[in-house]
Amino acid sequence: MNKYFKLFTNGLLKENPLLVIMIGLCSSLAVTTNIWNGIGMGLAMTFVLLMSEIMISGFRKLIPNSIRIPVFIIIIAAFTTIVDLVMKAYTPALSKAMGVFIPLIVVNCIIMGRVESFSYKRTVPESILDALGMGLGYTWVLCVISIIREFLGAGSFFGMVILPEQYRVGFFSQSPGGFFVFGMLIAIAFAINKAIEGRGGAK
Amino acid sequence: MNDLVKIFLSAMLIENVVLMRFIALCPFIGMSTDVKKSTGMSAAVLFVTVLATAVTYPLYKFVLIPMNLQFLQILTFILVIAALVQLVEFYLKKSAPALYSSMGVYLTLITTNCAILAVTFDVIAKGYTFAQSMTYAVGVATGFALALVLLAGIRERIKTAPIPAFLKGTPILFVAAALLAMSFGGFAGLIK
Repeated sequence: MNKYFKLFTNGLLKENPLLVIMIGLCSSLAVTTNIWNGIGMGLAMTFVLLMSEIMISGFRKLIPNSIRIPVFIIIIAAFTTIVDLVMKAYTPALSKAMGVFIPLIVVNCIIMGRVESFSYKRTVPESILDALGMGLGYTWVLCVISIIREFLGAGSFFGMVILPEQYRVGFFSQSPGGFFVFGMLIAIAFAINKAIEGRGGAK
Repeated sequence: MNDLVKIFLSAMLIENVVLMRFIALCPFIGMSTDVKKSTGMSAAVLFVTVLATAVTYPLYKFVLIPMNLQFLQILTFILVIAALVQLVEFYLKKSAPALYSSMGVYLTLITTNCAILAVTFDVIAKGYTFAQSMTYAVGVATGFALALVLLAGIRERIKTAPIPAFLKGTPILFVAAALLAMSFGGFAGLIK
């Protein structure tokens, strides 16, 4: 039980795809100008990751080693198409706001990385937990970035306006703000991980 | 003609893929450790982007639309790009070993470079003609090269600069990128 729990929490902080491994950055900065986009992107990504990992770990004994990469790409692209079409049908506004970033889930390095290094070698239940951990790890970071940027840039929280016009900093809702907020977040994550390691070493 | 210049400039500077639209951030951070590496990567990206657009655009117009298969866009485009990268790699290895040794290592990484897939999708979404699409592809790739080489230059200076311990390593790169993006914001008024 403990082992499975560890697989799940691994993605949340210790090996967080965005803050620690730093892959799949593109979508995380582009769409996070407000929280709904952040949540939407996070969930879309988690869905594709989860389905691809289940599929690939289920069929891992049937996929020949030499053509595994094209097979992975086709599976990932199929699930991305599903997400794209579903979002276009049921949440057209969200789909429009994210534009090209939904198709770009295909080339998100997180999915390719996890599929190649994890689910191609592990069982289905392990892959499910890994996908959920990684997906939610990605989603929570996206939420934090978008809360900060939405609050400072547009003066609102979940769309409710809090800050009056004159206190808003347009910098944060534009692209430089995205880089800046993300830089600060990874600095904090580094410091926290280092502190945890330091404590572990002292024991 | 005027129209093409406009598309080129806005793709390269105003809507710079990396700094303004956050596309292709992974190679931007990973490949900018020194100027030589970054120029190699940029050349490979330019080459493959233009080639990929030249293939996917007619494919979409003359195969997917007549057969009413637009929903397969994601699947076909990514496969075409992956296959193309492989072919280019084989070809270069065989017939231009010198070029391969300078560009080859970056080619394998390119399949998952978001910029290429994004360009092929953009030109369809924007409804460009073939000439406009090619110009756009060159513009985006040049913009990528510009941002990458600039960051690589900055990184070489960062190595010797005094940096607060809190920001050492990757965080300072994002702060540098933020400042770079701010200066690119100055191009916004370039084209009316």
